[in-house]
Amino acid sequence: MPNGTPTRITQGTRITRGAIAKGGIGESTLRPDGALKVTGEFAYASDMWHEDMLWGHILRSTVAHAEIVSIDTGEALALPGVYAVMTYDDLPTEVTHYGLEIQDTPVLAHGRVRHHGEPVAMVAADHPETARRAAARIKVEYRDLPVLTDEASALAPDAPCIHDNRTDDHAPHVPHPNIVHRQPVRRGDVREARRRADVIVTGEYVFGMQDQAFLGPESGLAVPAEDGGVDLYIATQWLHSDLRQIAPVLGLPEDKVRMTLAGVGGAFGGREDLSMQIHACLLALRTGKPVKIVYNRFESFFGHVHRHPAKLRYEHGATKDGRLTHVTARIVLDGGAYASSSPAVVGNAASLGVGPYDVEDVDIEVLALYTNNPPCGAMRGFGAVQACFAYEAQMDKLAKQLGLDPVEFRRRNAMSQGSLMPTGQVVDSPAPVAELLRRLKALPMPPERQWESSEGTDVRQLPGGLSNTTHGEGVVRGVGYAVGIKNVGFSEGFDDYSTARVRMEVVAGEPVATVHTAMAEVGQGGVTVHAQIARTELGVAQVTIQPADTRVGSAGSTSASRQTYVTGGAVKHACELVREQVLERGRRTFGASHPAWSTAELLLEDGRVVTDGGEVLADLVDVLGDEAVEVEREWRHRPTEPFDRHTGQGNGHVQYSFAAHRAVVEVDTELGLVKVVELACAQDVGKALNPLSVHGQIQGGTTQGLGIALMEEIVVDPRTARVKNPSFTDYLIPTILDTPTIPVDVLELADEHAPYGLRGVGEAPTLSSTPAVLAAIRDATGLELNRTPVRPEHLTESQDCWLPDIAG
Amino acid sequence: MDFLRPASWEEALAAKAEHPTAVPIAGGTDVMVEINFDHRRPEYLMDLGRIADLREWEVGAESVRLGASVPYTRIMENLRTELPGLALASHTVASPQIRNRGGVGGNLGTASPAGDAHPALLAAGAEVEAESVRGSRLIPIDAFYTGVKRNALAPDELIRAVHIKKADGPQQFAKVGTRNAMVIAVCAFGLALHPKTRTVRTGIGSAAPTPIRAAVAEEFLNAALEEGGLWDSGAAISPSVAREFADLCSGACNPIDDVRGTASYRRRAIGVLARRTLSWTWESYRGTSRGVEGVA
Repeated sequence: MPNGTPTRITQGTRITRGAIAKGGIGESTLRPDGALKVTGEFAYASDMWHEDMLWGHILRSTVAHAEIVSIDTGEALALPGVYAVMTYDDLPTEVTHYGLEIQDTPVLAHGRVRHHGEPVAMVAADHPETARRAAARIKVEYRDLPVLTDEASALAPDAPCIHDNRTDDHAPHVPHPNIVHRQPVRRGDVREARRRADVIVTGEYVFGMQDQAFLGPESGLAVPAEDGGVDLYIATQWLHSDLRQIAPVLGLPEDKVRMTLAGVGGAFGGREDLSMQIHACLLALRTGKPVKIVYNRFESFFGHVHRHPAKLRYEHGATKDGRLTHVTARIVLDGGAYASSSPAVVGNAASLGVGPYDVEDVDIEVLALYTNNPPCGAMRGFGAVQACFAYEAQMDKLAKQLGLDPVEFRRRNAMSQGSLMPTGQVVDSPAPVAELLRRLKALPMPPERQWESSEGTDVRQLPGGLSNTTHGEGVVRGVGYAVGIKNVGFSEGFDDYSTARVRMEVVAGEPVATVHTAMAEVGQGGVTVHAQIARTELGVAQVTIQPADTRVGSAGSTSASRQTYVTGGAVKHACELVREQVLERGRRTFGASHPAWSTAELLLEDGRVVTDGGEVLADLVDVLGDEAVEVEREWRHRPTEPFDRHTGQGNGHVQYSFAAHRAVVEVDTELGLVKVVELACAQDVGKALNPLSVHGQIQGGTTQGLGIALMEEIVVDPRTARVKNPSFTDYLIPTILDTPTIPVDVLELADEHAPYGLRGVGEAPTLSSTPAVLAAIRDATGLELNRTPVRPEHLTESQDCWLPDIAG
Repeated sequence: MDFLRPASWEEALAAKAEHPTAVPIAGGTDVMVEINFDHRRPEYLMDLGRIADLREWEVGAESVRLGASVPYTRIMENLRTELPGLALASHTVASPQIRNRGGVGGNLGTASPAGDAHPALLAAGAEVEAESVRGSRLIPIDAFYTGVKRNALAPDELIRAVHIKKADGPQQFAKVGTRNAMVIAVCAFGLALHPKTRTVRTGIGSAAPTPIRAAVAEEFLNAALEEGGLWDSGAAISPSVAREFADLCSGACNPIDDVRGTASYRRRAIGVLARRTLSWTWESYRGTSRGVEGVA
C-alpha cells in the first residue's frame, strides 16, 4: 500500500447507553476532512508515494491540427534513468481509444493530432525531471493541417472531417460529420405564436470557455500486481466509469484493475473524463514498477476538458401584458476535438434552453461541433449555464421593451408545479420560481457608497480594490436579477444507479455502522452526508466510511448534482434493509419477551430498538450480539427516457432544481472595472441534509458563476487554436477580495419522489449567478453586453469592436 | 544547473565575475516561476539569501538606500512616509506570501514592463546601485530599462540597492488589473509631485516595451503649473490642463494587444489614471484631501 492513500474515517461521538444519538440528517455536522484540508495535512493524490516508484510524463502536441510524419524516441530512451518510452505503436491491445459516450479519444495520438496539448508519447523515469527531459528529446515531425476553430470553418462543405468514418449512434443523424450531436426541441407553433406577440426581441450572445480550475492537479499512482493486474490510486469523479474505459486498453479483465479513490482536490466536472489513468497503468505494466504521474498547472490546463464555449441566438416574444408568446433559440456549442460528454451537454442546453418559464411555443436547435479547439465536456451546470446566460439577458431585454420591472416580468411567466417543459415533461414537484425572486426582491439593499467613511476613502470597497484605481470617480451602482433551471441526475434514459454496502456490528461494546460506496468525494461533503443518513436510519452514533474503491459496485458520477440523491438514496435503502434484518434478528431472539416486537412499528434510535410509541424494547448491542449484518444493494431513481431526435419530446429528466440571484455591483465606468458588492442567492433544496454544506455549495457555485461573468476564460488563438493562457497568472479565478457577501436563503419544499424530499444542490447556483452579475453591469452602464466574461475594454470601448460574429 | 550560495557580498561579486550567466535569486518570486514553467534553465543559479545586508535599508537626508532584497511587506510597513508611491505599489504586488519574499531588486533584475515597482521608482526618481568586482556605479532609473526584459546591468554586475529620493510632496500609484487582488498589471501609473523642484514626475507600467516616463506630459504640466503660479497659489488645476496632461500620458504609451488587455484599452486607462492621480496628489498638496484608508 503506497503512502498517502485514503484510510477509513470514523465519525461521531461515542455514546453511552441511553444518550441521544446526534448527527443525523438536517444537522450541520462537520466534515471529517475539513480540518485536515485547511491545515494542509490532507493527503491529496499528488502527495502519494511508493517505494521504487517511477515518474511518468506525457509529451503533448505543440500544434492543434497536424499529421504526425514521424516520432523518434531514440534520444529519450538513451537518457540514463529512463525506463520506458511509449507511443501509439506500443499500445498492447486493439483497443486504443476511450471516451465517456463516444470512444473517439486516442490514448496516444495515432498519425494525427487534433488539438493543442494532445498526448503523443510518454516516458517513465526514475526522477520527474529526467522524465520531463526525456520527453523533450522525443522528436515529433508534424505536417500542419487546416485548423477548424468555429462553426463556419468546421461546417464548410470542404472542411476536413475531424473524425473519419464515425460509427457512433449520433453519426447517422447529424447534418455534417463535424457535428457531434444535434438536438431540436419543438413544441407548439412558433410561427403562429409570433403573430400574437406585441414585442419581439432578438439577441446574439457569446459565452467564453471556462475552466474548472480545481486546485489539485490531475494525479495518480499505478502499482503493478503479482497477478498481472494493476492497482490504481486516482483522483477522479467516477471510479467505475474510468474502469470501464481503462481495462480494455490494458487488455485486462475489470477485476484485475483495482481502483481506489485518492485525495481529490476539486473536480467540477473536469475529472469526469480520463486524464492520465491509462497512461500510468500502461507504464506500470510495461516497467513492472509503480508509476506516478502528476500534472503541473500548465499541463492541467491541457489535461482536462473545459466548459463548452457557446454562441447563442435567441428570439423571444411577449404580449403587452407581459406574457411570453414564444421562444426560438439556436445554440452552437464548441466541443473541440473529441466528443467527451458533448451529446449530453447538447441535450441539457436544448431541454433547458427556455429557462424556468411557461412558454407553449418553442423552437430550439442545439448542436455541438467538432473543431480543433481544446476538447470541452462536463462542468458544473453542464449546458444549462450557457443557455441561462442568454435567456436571462433576453428576459431583461423584453421587460425593458414592455416597460415592466424585470422581476415582475419573470414572475408573470414563472413556471410552477404542474408546468410543462418544452419537452412535454410535467414538472411534478415544487418549482418555486416566483417565490425565489420575490424573496430576493424583498431583501434590503446594501448601503450606498460604502467606501466613504469618516476616515476617508476605503478603496477595498471600490472597483480595483487595493490597486487604488478610483476613490469614487466614475463609479455607478447597478442591480440585476436572474433565475435558472437545472436537471438533477443523469438524463435521457441513462441507467443512473448507485450501489451502497452497509454493515452494522458491535465494536468495543457499541453499535457501529460501516458505509462502503464507490462515491468519489471530491469536496462536496458526501462522506459527511452518508454518515448522517446511517445515523438517522440505524440509530447509531459512530459511522465508519470506507475508502471509495471498486471492491463495491458503482456509485455513478459525482456530478449532475446527483450524489446525495442517488448514492445517498442507495445508502438510505441499504440502511433500511439492514434495519429490517436487525429487527428480524431481534424478533427471533426477544420476540417472545414483549408483544410489541410483533405488533408495533419498530425504529432504531439512540442505539436501541424502540416502538413508534417510544417504548424501549432492546439495546442494539444485545440484538446484534457478535454477528454483523451486511447488505449491498443497487438503488435507482425513477427512469427517464431519451428525447425524440426530431421534436425533443420526452420525459428526459429526473428532477429539476431552481436557484435565483440578485447581484449588486459598483462599476468604474471609465476604467471598466467591476466590484460585486453583494450576490444574494435563493434556492429550493427540497431538504437540506446538511445545511452548512448546502450553504457552502451555494456560495461556491455562486462564486464560480461570478468568475465566468468577470474574468474566467481560456483564450484560444483563433488562427492557430493554441491556448494562450494556460496558467493561474493569466487564467484568473476570483480571490476572496473579488468575492462579495453572499446571503443565502434556502427553501425546503419536498420533492416526494426523492429520498427525504431532497433536491440536488450543487449546480443550480452556478447558472443564475453569471446573468445576474451581467444584468447588474448592464443596469449600471446601459451597455448591451452580449458576451461573457466581460472584460474592462468591453465596458469602455464602443460595442462594435467586440460584437459577436455569429454565422448563419 | 549549478547552485551557488555565496556567504558574503564579495563572494557573490566574485562568483558573478566567474560565471556571468549566473542568475541571481533572492525571494525567487520571478525566477522560480520562469524555471517552473521551463522558460529558462540557467546554467548557474546564485542564491543571495545568505547576504543579510541586501535586506537592510537606510534613510538618508535626501534618499532612501533600499537593499535589493528588502521585501515589499517591509516597505509597506516601514517606508510609507519616505516612499509613499513605492509603498502603494508594494501593496498591489501579488499576495501576502509573495510580498513577504519579493523585493525591488527582483523587479529591476527582471525588468518586465509589468513590474509593479517601476512606475513608482520612475516617478519618485531613483538610482540603481550596481556593483561588480570592477567597482560600483549608480545607474539613473531613466537609463536603467533598455528593452523588453532587458536592463543596463553588465553581465558581471549585481544589484546591491536602489537609492530612491525621499518624497518631498504627495505621490500616488494606481494599477489596473482584471481582478481585485493577485493580478499582473494590465497597466499601471505612478505620479509624484516634487514641490522642492517644482516638477512633476510620472511612471507608466505595462503600456510600452519598457517602463517609461511620460516626458512630454510632464513638461506640459510643469509649464502649466509654473505659468499659472499654481505651486505658490495652491489653486485648483483646470479641467482642460488635467485633460491635456491625461491625453499626453496616453500618447506616451506604446502598448500591445495581449491576453491581459488591448492596446487601446491600456492607452485609455493610462489617461484615466493620470487624470485621477493628478487630482488626488494635487488636492493633497493643496491640503484639502482627506485620508485614504486601506492603502499603504
